[in-house]
Amino acid sequence: MTRRDTGPAPEAPGPAAVSFRGVARHFGDVRAVDGVDLDIAPGEFFAMLGPSGSGKTTCLRLIAGFEQPTAGTIRIFGEAVDGVPAYRRPVNTVFQDYALFPHMNVLDNVCYGLRIRGVPRRQRELQGRAALALVKLAGMESRKPGQLSGGQRQRVALARALVVQPKVLLLDEPLGALDLKLREEMQGELKSLHRRLRLTFVFVTHDQGEALSMADRVAVFNEGRIVQVGSPEEIYERPRTRFVADFVGGSNVVGADIVKSWTGTAKDASIRPEKIALVAGGTAASSDGIVVPATVTEVLYHGAMRRVELRAPFGPLVASVPAAGANLAEGASVQAVFPRAAIHLMESA
Amino acid sequence: MTLAAELGVPRGGTLRRISDFLLARRGFYLLLLLVPPLLWLGVVYLGSLFALLAESLFSIDDFSGVVVREPTLATFRQLLQPANLDVIIRTVTIAATVTVLAVVVAFPIAYYAARYARGRTKAAFYLLVMMPLWSSYLVKVYAWKLLLAKEGAIGWTFDAIGLRPLLDALLAVPVIGGPSLSTSYVGMVLVFLYLWLPFMVLPIQAALERVPGNLIEASGDLGASPGQTFRQVILPLALPGIVAGAIFTFSLTLGDYIVPEIVGPSSLILGQVVYIQQGTAGNIPLAAAFSVVPIVVMGLLLTLAKRMGAFDAL
Repeated sequence: MTRRDTGPAPEAPGPAAVSFRGVARHFGDVRAVDGVDLDIAPGEFFAMLGPSGSGKTTCLRLIAGFEQPTAGTIRIFGEAVDGVPAYRRPVNTVFQDYALFPHMNVLDNVCYGLRIRGVPRRQRELQGRAALALVKLAGMESRKPGQLSGGQRQRVALARALVVQPKVLLLDEPLGALDLKLREEMQGELKSLHRRLRLTFVFVTHDQGEALSMADRVAVFNEGRIVQVGSPEEIYERPRTRFVADFVGGSNVVGADIVKSWTGTAKDASIRPEKIALVAGGTAASSDGIVVPATVTEVLYHGAMRRVELRAPFGPLVASVPAAGANLAEGASVQAVFPRAAIHLMESA
Repeated sequence: MTLAAELGVPRGGTLRRISDFLLARRGFYLLLLLVPPLLWLGVVYLGSLFALLAESLFSIDDFSGVVVREPTLATFRQLLQPANLDVIIRTVTIAATVTVLAVVVAFPIAYYAARYARGRTKAAFYLLVMMPLWSSYLVKVYAWKLLLAKEGAIGWTFDAIGLRPLLDALLAVPVIGGPSLSTSYVGMVLVFLYLWLPFMVLPIQAALERVPGNLIEASGDLGASPGQTFRQVILPLALPGIVAGAIFTFSLTLGDYIVPEIVGPSSLILGQVVYIQQGTAGNIPLAAAFSVVPIVVMGLLLTLAKRMGAFDAL
């Protein structure tokens, strides 16, 4: 791989929708964001993924203008926004807990940005109603935010940000407070809204499933830096570091010394659980694969698949095998078999 | 082994049985909670208040000075006599002035405390705002009388910095001025303002404290300048606190009779009239009728505030 993963998005023709150059944001001794370079292409659905305190939310707030960088430059569609306050930036935010104005009804909430811009009442209410229809909330205009469910508030927040036609829509863990079913529904809707509006979405989440299923590209954050940027496939299949493999999850991470005995290269490696086959008992002969003896410690039901947790000589191992024929009991001795190609070498950092 | 035994939880005793009993009988539990305050508020407080108000429907016999216990509106009609009406208008004007000034002075303090002060600074804020409440009311009023007197510290300060003419010009203003600050309405309003300030600062601060920071960010995000955010988001959400503070300052001023006795011109205000009528004059019905005035004024004000949507954010 010659191209650095953190380089500019290859498909960007004009200026990037959002670009970071050496951006840092320190709070006293805390380096919330510490040297981030980033280019988000126009029209991209971009996810910032990372654990809490990894700097992803601070990056979003830097784009929104709620924070100013300690160092570096942020450009929005080519224009440097150093020192430009939030209210003069062409971006809008959907807040984590929605931040709806409790003293205004739904329509007034949605029309707020238009009212501030001096759009006449009739015109802005027309646009506000259209925005509410866009998020499937027509008919709720006169409700107060307190009378809405979490999912509905979410939609109001979305309509309120969209109605002022931002160049970039920022979403700060917008689905975090919703229950699972609603979350999946909203994921689909956000995705189709993005397709329809062809707007740049920047989405912050700590949920790797959400990031991988929705985004065109994902940036994985850790300790104020971007560890890897790439398509969901790249992030999932080829994590660059142990941290990415751990955080994106599900992957087996194997230490460098073991990997050396398999491949001759002393690097940490990741192996996807679904690449591992299990052969019950006895000895499995494999010409070009790796065979590891293991003991089953737990079998978890996952619909069509079984997630089998194993104890291998070098540590725990997880395999994901089809339910059919996987007649495995806890404590059974098995052989875990996987091809050499399944071993993905990572950088040691 | 059960979980309880595992955790070493002792078996329930008498207290446990009592709490079980109370939990099972919600009504009884509520009754226990509410009876003492209801006795106090309902019987002692409201009871005596209504007894007083009932007095206002009686009248006094002009010759014998004896209270005639027959319902009549004659006493209320007396309120409309020019001298009495004058007292009412004067008092309401003073109370309104004090309230408006208190909002103006208290809001920045409350805003700072709610949005910026943290940790020790916040503790210092509470201390400084409440400290005036720790000392005797009378001591504070007399202290102010000395400060405001012709040869007092305030006049002396104005002399020292060469602003004496400014003070003289203020005192030369008809109606609110006077021979000295301590005998003018300006002085009286200043003392009231000082006395009631904590009652304005704390409710506003509590209301502002409840405005989530992200609402302010959201407003800015949607294009509102800080000034617009203040008018459209912060002020409406702080309004219930302002109204609560205004109720305190307004009603406390309406009912006070000690400050106007010590500071300000010799014309009476409402509290003093009530005091005189029920005391030296022995005209309980008229005193009672005067006491109805603040209640009516407050009722009107609250209705007005509600109409204006002051409580929408509650």
